[in-house]
Amino acid sequence: MEGRATALAVRDVWAGYDATPALEAVSFALPAGSLAGLAGPNGSGKSTLLKTVLGLIRPWRGAVEVFGEALNGQRARLGYAPQAEVVDWEFPATVRDVVMMGRYGRVGLLRRPSRADRDAVERALAQVNLEALAGRQIGELSGGQQRRMLIARALAQEADLLLLDEPMVGLDPTTEHEMLSLFERLRDDGKTLLVATHDLSCIAACFDFTLLINRRLVAFGPTAEVLNTENLSVAFAEHLLLLPTEGGVYVGHHGHG
Amino acid sequence: MVDWFTEPLEFEFMQRAMLAVVLVGIVSAVVGAFVVVRGMAFVGDALAHASFAGVAAAFALGVSIYLGALVAAVATALGIAFISQRGRLRFDTAIGVLFVGAFALGIVIVSRQDNYTVDLFSFVFGNVLGVSWEDLWLMAGIGGFVVAVIALFYKELLFTSYDATVAEAAGIPTRAIEYGLMALIALSTVVALQAVGIVLVIAMLVTPAATASLLVRRLHQIIFVGAGVAVASAVIGLYVSYHAEVASGAAIVLVATSLFAIALVLAPRRGILARRRLELALRRRIDASVPVAEQP
Repeated sequence: MEGRATALAVRDVWAGYDATPALEAVSFALPAGSLAGLAGPNGSGKSTLLKTVLGLIRPWRGAVEVFGEALNGQRARLGYAPQAEVVDWEFPATVRDVVMMGRYGRVGLLRRPSRADRDAVERALAQVNLEALAGRQIGELSGGQQRRMLIARALAQEADLLLLDEPMVGLDPTTEHEMLSLFERLRDDGKTLLVATHDLSCIAACFDFTLLINRRLVAFGPTAEVLNTENLSVAFAEHLLLLPTEGGVYVGHHGHG
Repeated sequence: MVDWFTEPLEFEFMQRAMLAVVLVGIVSAVVGAFVVVRGMAFVGDALAHASFAGVAAAFALGVSIYLGALVAAVATALGIAFISQRGRLRFDTAIGVLFVGAFALGIVIVSRQDNYTVDLFSFVFGNVLGVSWEDLWLMAGIGGFVVAVIALFYKELLFTSYDATVAEAAGIPTRAIEYGLMALIALSTVVALQAVGIVLVIAMLVTPAATASLLVRRLHQIIFVGAGVAVASAVIGLYVSYHAEVASGAAIVLVATSLFAIALVLAPRRGILARRRLELALRRRIDASVPVAEQP
């Protein structure tokens, strides 16, 4: 990781809602071109962290830098795909309409999308293999296609740092595998990805970096160094079942997890 | 037959009424598309009722009733947006609190007047035949402004309506857009007020756009088709009201409701008949397939 630029720097961030802290003194620096997993139990501050990075929540203390600068000038370089569960799939729009929304921030007020914007949309659709479904109603997509469309919108924005919130929830193993290959392809194209997920086995298998949080930063670094019994039991406490086995540690979800 | 169409238009008040209802139809349907896709029907109804306070106050003070309605509707709209963005109240609760309060204020003001007349109640039930040229210019001005603002900020309105969080993260001024849309809904209810009346304003906002959403499935198409449906309802409704001698606002709304019912049954993909046909085809396929023998 030496010599690589920092895509996302979070410095001593304290944030939360009303008077309830969701993040306390969180600091880390994510190198550009990495594929990083963000894990923690429910209520650990994963969503708050993503929202703070996106500038939707103003931190009480601390700062966020995207590619070495404050967020304001860098909004277009920061893309976001929300959880598919919070998206209105009944909304009257086609896949292409939604991906085009990714351009709106760049186009600016009182201007219409140009030829270049339409080209960027088609490129983004091609990157996630959705060209054939571009004219489809968004309500007709399968779970995996829905996530790919949301990622395509962030790509159409020509974002270099992608924040993905739970893109793997509810996917079957084949689709999950396709999604992971997409992440790897995007990383190899030079994108930086920070993916919030519950799925520790998938982080262990594919992600370069792991960020474990439980209100405070539990551990951050190369996945192999971060995912150990000690860190996981600090991060998940009673939420995870850790069973030592011959080859390593079996990680099971405990109770409501 | 031709007389049926031409005879009413020999009267100038009918020409004005025709222009007014066409204008109301277009403005309401354009705004109504957003109301329908965002599930804000209650907002439109609330703003129309809240404007009654302004109408009553303007009547008592002897100033323009349009001015009163405009101030009351826009103030209530911004109040609803403010409470729901700041407070811990649900959106529909904020609306419920504000619009009933404003409507009650209107009733209190009216009850202090000894001489409330037909004039005031024409706003409650609508009186498009009483529209003056001055009213018409005012309606055209406000309506033109509403449609122009929506055209200019269409992509921001679309993005914010679909996904406000992501829009905000992308740098779209979503808070301003939300307040702006509330104000536009308020203005469009004011435009529709005299033509169809407070009670029926909601129908002009919702029904044509709802009909369109059964026929087409992209927001800008819902806007255009909805405007077409609204204009058709307005023109047919006004003729029917003239010849059948019934209240014009109610006639227009009933025509719009009938068109909605027809679309609900006959719409190519989302209509009841189309769905029924799909179910029948599936049933035939199941019935035609040879039963698989039970495994031993």
